[in-house]
Amino acid sequence: MTASDPILVADNLTIRHGQLTAVHDVSLSIAGGELLAVVGANGAGKSTLLRTLAGLHKPAAGTITLAGEDITHLSTDRRVRRGLSLVPEGRRLFLSMTVEENLKVGSANGRPGNWTPDRVFELFPWMRARYTEQTAHLSGGEQQVVAIGRALVANPRVLLLDEISLGLAPVVVKRIYETLPALLGTDMAVLVVEQDVAQALRVAGRFQCLLEGRTTLEGKPSDYTANQVEAAYFGFGSAVAT
Amino acid sequence: MIWINAIVQGLMLGGLFALFACGLSLLFGVIGVINLAHGDFAILGAYVAVALLPSIHTNALWALLFVPPIFALFGYGAQRTVLQRSLDTGPLTTLLVTFGLSVVIQNALLEGFSADSHSLSIGALTTNAFHPANGVVVPYLRLGILLAAVAVLGSVQLLLRRTSVGRQIRAVADDAEAASIAGVSTRHITGIAAGIAFATVALAGLAFGMYAQFAPTTGSTWLLYAFEAVIVGGLGSLWGTLAGGCVLGLAQTIGEQIAPTAGALAVQLVFLAMLAVRPNGLLPARAAV
Repeated sequence: MTASDPILVADNLTIRHGQLTAVHDVSLSIAGGELLAVVGANGAGKSTLLRTLAGLHKPAAGTITLAGEDITHLSTDRRVRRGLSLVPEGRRLFLSMTVEENLKVGSANGRPGNWTPDRVFELFPWMRARYTEQTAHLSGGEQQVVAIGRALVANPRVLLLDEISLGLAPVVVKRIYETLPALLGTDMAVLVVEQDVAQALRVAGRFQCLLEGRTTLEGKPSDYTANQVEAAYFGFGSAVAT
Repeated sequence: MIWINAIVQGLMLGGLFALFACGLSLLFGVIGVINLAHGDFAILGAYVAVALLPSIHTNALWALLFVPPIFALFGYGAQRTVLQRSLDTGPLTTLLVTFGLSVVIQNALLEGFSADSHSLSIGALTTNAFHPANGVVVPYLRLGILLAAVAVLGSVQLLLRRTSVGRQIRAVADDAEAASIAGVSTRHITGIAAGIAFATVALAGLAFGMYAQFAPTTGSTWLLYAFEAVIVGGLGSLWGTLAGGCVLGLAQTIGEQIAPTAGALAVQLVFLAMLAVRPNGLLPARAAV
């Protein structure tokens, strides 16, 4: 655990999709400047957990606290205003709009702060030249970056990244992941949900492995061997705590 | 000269069609509500003027100052309550709900104002005209309606393109959940979009009331023209709606020039022909709303 106080805390979240319980009693916390990776196989409940943190699902039980304030019942847009931004799975840009307009929508309801489009260009220099282009014309990797930019200009205290590697070339994914430490340097907390375990564990300060909606392993990546993580990920061997 | 006059008249009538179709285009293009009560809301706007004008001024132009703002507030409220709730249950529900609203409005107007026709008097402007050429008549009112249509559609387009609220409205139209993820208060923003749409509906109703006589059931007969203008112009494109309105207006007046009773028939034939030739409309810019 880091020395600073956690900024985002989820306590004993249980999340249901109708009859199905997707997440059982999962807790997590993350502090400013920390990168937490939530890994797990398809259907482990990672995305559901992240969407619940962002306010797109209501948990059946448990609480979510942001900077000491209970936000469990706040709508998604109110959470953004308090500094919790999600980069959704599948990017979900406004495709009829330009890069500029996407970023302007992102900053319109965000917090004041020093994440401006110019600061985003420093991180992703190519974007400056294509600022007035329709996002529909961008490649998948470029769209993913714009989606991250759209979240950044809201000046989040906590950034949630949902499967940013999905459907992208490994080299593109690597380049995006290389920018994450720059975000942590600004005391932003970054929570990454990822199927690509190796990629996520390379940058994460801590990780949490989900299996069938339960936490099976958590700690620093260096504390465990690849085999232990694999066992927790797929649910065989002694690492499974059910 | 009579043909030039027919074209001039057609364009001006097209302005009225376009003004009338603007609110329908916006509500459908941005919020996804197919508003079957659109025509009745417009006529309701004219009746609001009938009810309130006597205590304000004899000239109906004054109604332009207070009916659109009332309707903007009403539109916001309607979106936040009835329309949003029906949208949440599915597209068929909005059709049923707006159809129900249409019946309710017509019968409430019949109850309150009887089946007699009314009109909105704007004094000498109702009949005054100028003659730019021999045989060409341009009534000030009709020209004013065309200019108003261009101004309204243009300023709505500008608002959507250039302002923060406009961008957020387009964001919600693109992907409502993504908009909320980006921090947009989607219900508030769609409420504002509905408010703008309803203000234009009120303007159209007032324009219609100054242009012709109206009765409680007039709105539903005009609904067809609004739908056709939107479809001929291209779904989701406001400039397309203006073009569509003008095409229908021209069809009407040129048809009347061919045979005095053929105007409405010509509109429908042109509409069907446009559907066959350009099913996506003149300016199909779903993306350009």
